[in-house]
Amino acid sequence: MAIGRQTAPAGRAGLFPRPTWTTGWLSWLTTVDHKRLGLMYIISSFIFMGLASLEAFIIRLQLARPEQQLVSPDVFNQLFTMHGMTMVFFAIMPLGIGLANYFVPLMIGARDLAFPRLNAFGYWVFSLAGIFLYTSWFLGGAPDAGWFGYSPLTSLTYNPGNGIDFYSISLLTSGFGTLVTAINLIVTVVNMRAPGMTMMRIPLFAWMVVVMSFLIIFAFPPLTIALFQLTLDRVFGTLHYVPEAGALPILWQHFFWIFGHPEVYIIIMPAFGIISEIIPTFSRKPLFGYPIMVLSGIFIGFMGFAVWSHHMFTTGLGPVANTAFALTSFVIGIPTGIKIFNWLGTMWGGSVRFTVAMLYAVAFLVTFTLGGITGIMVAIPPFDAQAQDTYFVVAHFHYVMGGGALLAYLGALYYWFPKMSGRMLDERLGKVSFWFTVIGFHTIFFPQHILGLMGMPRRIQTYEANIGLDFYNFLSTAGTFIMAIGVIMLAFDVFRQLRKPKWAPNDPWDGRTLEWATTSPPPHYDFAVLPQVTDRDPVWAWKHPELLETRDAISRAVDEDTQPEPAREVMIHLPGQSWWPFLMSAAIFVGSYALVYRNVWLMIASAFFVILTGFGWAFEGVGGHYEKVKAEKIDIKAGGQA
Amino acid sequence: MSSATVAAAQAQGDHRSTNLPDIKLLMWLFLASDCMMFGALIATYMIYRERSLVGPFPVDVFDIPLTTVSTFVLLMSSFLMVLALHYLRVNDIPKFRLWTFGTAFFGSIFLGFQIYEFRHFVDLGLTVHQNLFGTTFFILTGTHGVHVALGVLMLLGFLISSYLRPTTGESSAVYLDVIALYWHFVDIVWIVIFTVIYLIEFV
Repeated sequence: MAIGRQTAPAGRAGLFPRPTWTTGWLSWLTTVDHKRLGLMYIISSFIFMGLASLEAFIIRLQLARPEQQLVSPDVFNQLFTMHGMTMVFFAIMPLGIGLANYFVPLMIGARDLAFPRLNAFGYWVFSLAGIFLYTSWFLGGAPDAGWFGYSPLTSLTYNPGNGIDFYSISLLTSGFGTLVTAINLIVTVVNMRAPGMTMMRIPLFAWMVVVMSFLIIFAFPPLTIALFQLTLDRVFGTLHYVPEAGALPILWQHFFWIFGHPEVYIIIMPAFGIISEIIPTFSRKPLFGYPIMVLSGIFIGFMGFAVWSHHMFTTGLGPVANTAFALTSFVIGIPTGIKIFNWLGTMWGGSVRFTVAMLYAVAFLVTFTLGGITGIMVAIPPFDAQAQDTYFVVAHFHYVMGGGALLAYLGALYYWFPKMSGRMLDERLGKVSFWFTVIGFHTIFFPQHILGLMGMPRRIQTYEANIGLDFYNFLSTAGTFIMAIGVIMLAFDVFRQLRKPKWAPNDPWDGRTLEWATTSPPPHYDFAVLPQVTDRDPVWAWKHPELLETRDAISRAVDEDTQPEPAREVMIHLPGQSWWPFLMSAAIFVGSYALVYRNVWLMIASAFFVILTGFGWAFEGVGGHYEKVKAEKIDIKAGGQA
Repeated sequence: MSSATVAAAQAQGDHRSTNLPDIKLLMWLFLASDCMMFGALIATYMIYRERSLVGPFPVDVFDIPLTTVSTFVLLMSSFLMVLALHYLRVNDIPKFRLWTFGTAFFGSIFLGFQIYEFRHFVDLGLTVHQNLFGTTFFILTGTHGVHVALGVLMLLGFLISSYLRPTTGESSAVYLDVIALYWHFVDIVWIVIFTVIYLIEFV
């Protein structure tokens, strides 16, 4: 068998026997199941998001009134740095990856990701890097140079503490985890689609995850190299970012934003995908203009690499560079506009059900469009010269990151909670929580536009009284309390529902995509029989075959690819659990501390251990066992309405 | 479990949309990413070229004939890699083992040259702390050296595993094929490095 997985020869289990726990904490430590890892990603992301929100809350309290001294300027620097880093790298991005982990295999009709152990490794590296970063609070102070860590703010001369080491090393190691997971997701979508699931039939969420993964593959290396150089500068005394030796601090900015701009699309792509799933489901219409939605997603991803210098308009690149990057930035408005209009086109004439998920999707449309409009404004160099480093920019990116990505992910939580947990969130409480969250969000961030236009700079610890900034700052801080009420209601409901027994139907929303064709929550092999896909919305096509004639040509085309109905009893291969991903991540985790404390012997020991675990991993093989499953096709229509 | 049911099960579980092995796609995607990594390192070197404030400078330390020999050895290792893969595909195991070892051996010779060169440069006063040339040169070529060393480890690991478990035919060759992809990529990167770092100083 050249293709696919190889079974390990029996009796050759490697250094120690393969773990087989199915319950208890050891089973979670050694799991390779994409659903468990997806849940772990999602839960870890929400924990990190809670920490980052707490930091933001302290920032807003400090700024509530002029000339307050709630926290010192030094602590304030650490707070906004950690808030930005955590939200971008350890909360919102892994939330998208976690949802992708859980739902992409289900949506394309696969049983797991292509490399289950690599997936576990990606998770452990990410979560241990986050824990490593947060220990910096207790080990001499958190990083304090902003999430962008501009050179030479980060050099040993100007920043002698440990904080920047935690910054560079945690992002370096978590970046590797993100990279391998991105590769894993692409291979899965490209190679493991169910019979008949052509690339132009996979749900848009899967498509956007592919675009996100390609962005990760090409955008993370410049950041990795820049962080690598920074770490070497600080730990081993190289000169990459030492201006006294002739180095160019602006090189850091280029590397950072060649990564940094695609990063915002890495965050927003899964959100686009989620919106493209929620809106058609609750409008009871197929997604309007599926091919153009796919293409505009790819185009946004592609153009994401051609706009990085719009973050650097005020660094003096010259009028030619500024004009070129302004134009490429405007161009991105076109595919984004196409997406917005296609979502509206999907709702147009549909029979819309305003569930909480749908409410979040609509709130996303409004909020994200506002963020997009301010985005076009700051892409104009003369305007940017005024708005640069003011609260206007803060408002802009919180509208796209918080109002865009986060609202979409909250919608996804409501949409997929039944599938993930087997319970449903309370729709009535959800609607109350929704209004508090959205109104709170706009109360926090809309006044910041005005503050920015009045010239309030970013990243300042306090401001003078009676220069016109008092009222809007107070309003912004008041908004945090409103939003907190909404979020606490949501958290309360999640914990309340999780205490109940599993009762959610398999298909509570009259869903379109394959995850609704299995049980809630799905069995560990996902599908007893790989589904035979004949349409873009396969589950709708099975439930409502009478509607098929109105569908487009691609959906009606007959597939040579589709396999005949398989046997009633099937043998399903389940990959074996493994210690190696966790052990390798643990070695990297220890090595990170060795770098911070300049302990050469511990560095060598952990590097040796990483190589050792690599060999252990390779020699262990995929392994696993075959499970006999009675292939009962799930009666989709029986799922029905909740 | 009878072999027929296993075959049926594999037909179920091993459905692959593109008929390409997963691991090969993984390596191609990793190499795409690695391209960007070397691109960033080479870009750093080129941007900092001629910005060093103190010597030694590239023309003071480079020894083109020596590096040409090590470059030749590395390129020849790619040739041996092709032979090793070919003999594994046709199930000539002794020759596969010989040429796999040969590839790793040639890679090690290249690494030996590099260690000698690094020590020689340090003797001439060029260190990572000396100037920007030293910093960017050692980090770029050092990163490449680490890639070669990992390649040697993978080849030796595969060689050892061929004694421990049945290694024949296409199902094993796919893994060597993936190592070979990596190996050829690392060679190609060296061609770029040799050109834009060494040869460019003498045009």
